[in-house]
Amino acid sequence: MSRTRALLWPVLFGVSLVLAFVSQHLPPWLLTPPQAMMIDLAGTTSAAMKWLVEDATFGMFTVKEATRAIATLIEVPYEAARILLVDGITEGKGRRASTIIPPISWIAVTAAMVALGIYARNLKLGLLIGALFLYLAVFGQWESAMVTLASILIAVPIGVVGGLALGILAFLSPTFSRVLSPILDLMQTVPTFAYLVPILFLFGFGPVAALIATVIYAMPPMVRITTLALRQVPPELQEFGRMVGCTPGQQMRKVLLPTALPDLMVGVNQVIMLSLNMVIIASMIGAGGLGFDVLNALRSLKIGDGIEAGLAITALALALDQLSQALAARSHVGAPVQGSWIKRHPKTVAVLVLIVVTGLAGLVLPWVQTYPREAMLSTRSFWSDLVTYVNVNYFDQIEAFKDAILINLLLPVKRFLLALPWPWVLALLTLAAWQVGRGRLAGLCLALGLFIVVTGLWEQAVTTVYLCGISVVIAALIGVPLGIWAAASNTAGKVIGAFIDMLQTLPSFVYLIPVIMLFRVGDFAAMIAVVLYALAPAVRYTAHGLRSVQSELIEAGIVCGCTRWQVLTRVRLPMALPDILLGVNQTIMLALSMLVITALVGTRDLGQEVYAALATADVGRGVMAGLAVAAIAIIADRLIAGATARAKARLGLSGE
Amino acid sequence: MIERPVKLACRHVWKIYGPHPDRLLAGGKAPTLNEIRGSNHVGAVRDVTVDVREGEIFVIMGLSGSGKSTLVRCLSRLIEPSGGEILFNGQDLLKASPAEMIEIRRHRMGMVFQHFALLPHLTVLQNVAFPLEIQGVAREAREARAREVTALVGLKGREDYFPRQLSGGQQQRVGIARSLAVEPELWFLDEPFSALDPLIRREMQDEFLRIQNQLHKTIVFITHDFDEAIRLADRIAIMKDGAVVQVATPEELVLAPADDYVAAFTAHVPRAKVVTIGRIMSAGVAPQVAGQVPASARVEDVADRIESAALPYAVTDAEGAVIGHVAAAAVIDVLIGRNR
Ligand SMILES: Nc1ncnc2c1ncn2[C@@H]1O[C@H](COP(=O)(O)OP(=O)(O)O)[C@@H](O)[C@H]1O
Ligand SMILES: [Mg+2]
Repeated sequence: MSRTRALLWPVLFGVSLVLAFVSQHLPPWLLTPPQAMMIDLAGTTSAAMKWLVEDATFGMFTVKEATRAIATLIEVPYEAARILLVDGITEGKGRRASTIIPPISWIAVTAAMVALGIYARNLKLGLLIGALFLYLAVFGQWESAMVTLASILIAVPIGVVGGLALGILAFLSPTFSRVLSPILDLMQTVPTFAYLVPILFLFGFGPVAALIATVIYAMPPMVRITTLALRQVPPELQEFGRMVGCTPGQQMRKVLLPTALPDLMVGVNQVIMLSLNMVIIASMIGAGGLGFDVLNALRSLKIGDGIEAGLAITALALALDQLSQALAARSHVGAPVQGSWIKRHPKTVAVLVLIVVTGLAGLVLPWVQTYPREAMLSTRSFWSDLVTYVNVNYFDQIEAFKDAILINLLLPVKRFLLALPWPWVLALLTLAAWQVGRGRLAGLCLALGLFIVVTGLWEQAVTTVYLCGISVVIAALIGVPLGIWAAASNTAGKVIGAFIDMLQTLPSFVYLIPVIMLFRVGDFAAMIAVVLYALAPAVRYTAHGLRSVQSELIEAGIVCGCTRWQVLTRVRLPMALPDILLGVNQTIMLALSMLVITALVGTRDLGQEVYAALATADVGRGVMAGLAVAAIAIIADRLIAGATARAKARLGLSGE
Repeated sequence: MIERPVKLACRHVWKIYGPHPDRLLAGGKAPTLNEIRGSNHVGAVRDVTVDVREGEIFVIMGLSGSGKSTLVRCLSRLIEPSGGEILFNGQDLLKASPAEMIEIRRHRMGMVFQHFALLPHLTVLQNVAFPLEIQGVAREAREARAREVTALVGLKGREDYFPRQLSGGQQQRVGIARSLAVEPELWFLDEPFSALDPLIRREMQDEFLRIQNQLHKTIVFITHDFDEAIRLADRIAIMKDGAVVQVATPEELVLAPADDYVAAFTAHVPRAKVVTIGRIMSAGVAPQVAGQVPASARVEDVADRIESAALPYAVTDAEGAVIGHVAAAAVIDVLIGRNR
């Protein structure tokens, strides 16, 4: 029995190879799903959206009016933030506009950030953040950075408050939680690209649409963390609140939320980082600022500009990440200072004074208001020269490396997968699902697979799986050993940890810049970018899994006379397997979200579908392609989750 | 002795966890333990009837999982019982509206938790003042009161510490102070000292008795530690599988355990710890005595005095009237466990 089991998959693989070889001789409908099977879901969706926007009403008001109202609600604070940071108050329009009150000067903004850093932790953090903002000014990224900051300042509060509200509702009402949970699942697996199209359709091109997309992307973790954090408040504390006679409102405000605050701040940090992550994508539907600069540079292959703007995004991300983490960890120290408001808030007062003083001084001395152009530095030509130098001197080597991988790895795998008959692939998928999770999972996977078939996206989906699959395998091959190394030595752990932290603070688009620079567009460049982006979880989870193996088990291994190698392979790795699988799962999710971005560099997968739909504002097409990516993500997620659960059960780790 | 009035009465209280507790209890016939378990239910509290009298320390003792926490949460209605009545000063708590319950809990009940349940973001003083804050007491007044109770539990000078800066014993002192801030009539303590090290635990028990001697609250005290129970209790209810097996004074429990289960707890308890002078005294007034001891004193506490005196001691009741006498021999019998 177990022998036939062990042989099953190798045999199936052999059959697949044979099928791929003889595929030219198979009837064509086996390779490309026939037209007769297609259902025009895209057309239906487009029509439905059209009806929604043009005719649908909620009785009192139309959908159009509703979206307008939402847009105004967001536009007003956004405009206010822009006035403060970028535009100032002006009179007249366009070129002839004259400034009445200037925006907050670069000196005052930087000072405010330093003050925040000191408030959140200490002078050191304040200076670091100040230096990062100074960087923005000196390297001529100030204005774009402030546009980006303005949208972050609007998106983050909306994301945090909305996430809190939904999270609290889900905590209070199990029914609401049951409804919300699958929606959140879907929102996190559907690539951002997919909802750019409907949002574009509903709200039109512009900063408001971009902000809405950002909020939708950044909010789900806040919802989850809120619910989780509230649930994790010790039951005794909840009982205590009821015992002293808290009303439900007091219970939430005075007991639950304050107790959960440290965890909630982690959620705030997530919202900030995800919002920054969206900066470039959002610029596709009308956000300006740094994201737009990067996108523009990518499109016109101005490498120097792209790198500068990318570095500026990174600086902004680093500053906001450090700041929000410090705020999260801020401990309540000492009793509050007594005295008047001014006495109690010296830093706030100083910043306010500085805003006014620099504002007035700026009227006479322009450099106080705006960082002077003459004093700006630019690395643009340096980067361009570097790229030219590399390309001139190492062109052959790079090309050879690229071609070797393309010809020996990427293309064969791609051809093999595309040559497999779709019914066969579906059968294998269903079988795997049945082995992991029996009937229900098999049914789910088959249904999702059929969805891809009937929407006519089979080939694009296979291309997606191929690119994503190879990238994940490579990411795992690099990441797992790195994780093992990080767990084995403290120094290595620190260095690798810092490296991984840095990779994760970088907005996903930034990876594309050097990659395109060196390898130009195509599957290979896409693969490298995806591997870089998706590496982090493989390293993290492996290291974490290995470190959290019980020390007693390791000691038992050593006492039995295991060598270090044997302890690793016989004790630690098997025990860490569930964690490693989780890391691989995360890697796949990140790879899928990145793949869609790589459509920009010319892959021919589902991402390209979405990108094309975006260009033509074809809602149905965009949504279908997005859902197809989500289908792949859900299949991968459920299969691995099932496998993890089984591994855990076998090791007796489940059920806490 | 006059019986003190009943403060809290609990009549046929049930708490059954599972899919259909109501079906099991329908028809007025009490389900047996096997019926409950057979139908995939858990009988966390089964048909409990006890009276807690004003000013006494009523201890509920049982092994872990015997239903103590569930019972005490039914008494404060943190958990809704599946059936029964809970009378607090004669009022049925289970019929009280949510608003009435909030009022009762705010002013007349206090509770101390096993793991302290302090709010991590508030200082000691703010934690202690928290119940008053909830009631809307002005800042000055509530902080003054909080300082008073903080001093009562021996934490004067630490008012501005945060909970994480305190040891376990100190944290529980904060928990005790906080529950006393509203001057509750009824004081629940759910295994308050179980999370503490043995030495600290003894110290806290002494502290607890000292506070009770000052305040005379009506107390429901939960523990799984039989030694703690007999040290503190006026009366003990022993729980097993959700049901109360026996309610008695520590002395009665040791001298007349209701069944083998109770006997297993009491077997190793030194008699002198629980037997009172009243039980071993001889009737009548002795012609010459060395001094007086109260009938309610435990042998252990007065043994040294009686034993070292040549003459017997007179025994007095609660009003101070002499009701008998006790000689060294009777005390020694108890100490060495001899039956005559
Ligand atoms: N919410 C619940 N759901 C199901 N069973 C419970 C629940 N709470 C407690 N129990 C069960 O009720 C019994 C009594 O629990 P508890 O009152 O906590 O015991 P104790 O405090 O004496 O240790 C235990 O068997 C426990 O498993
Ligand atoms: Mg308990």
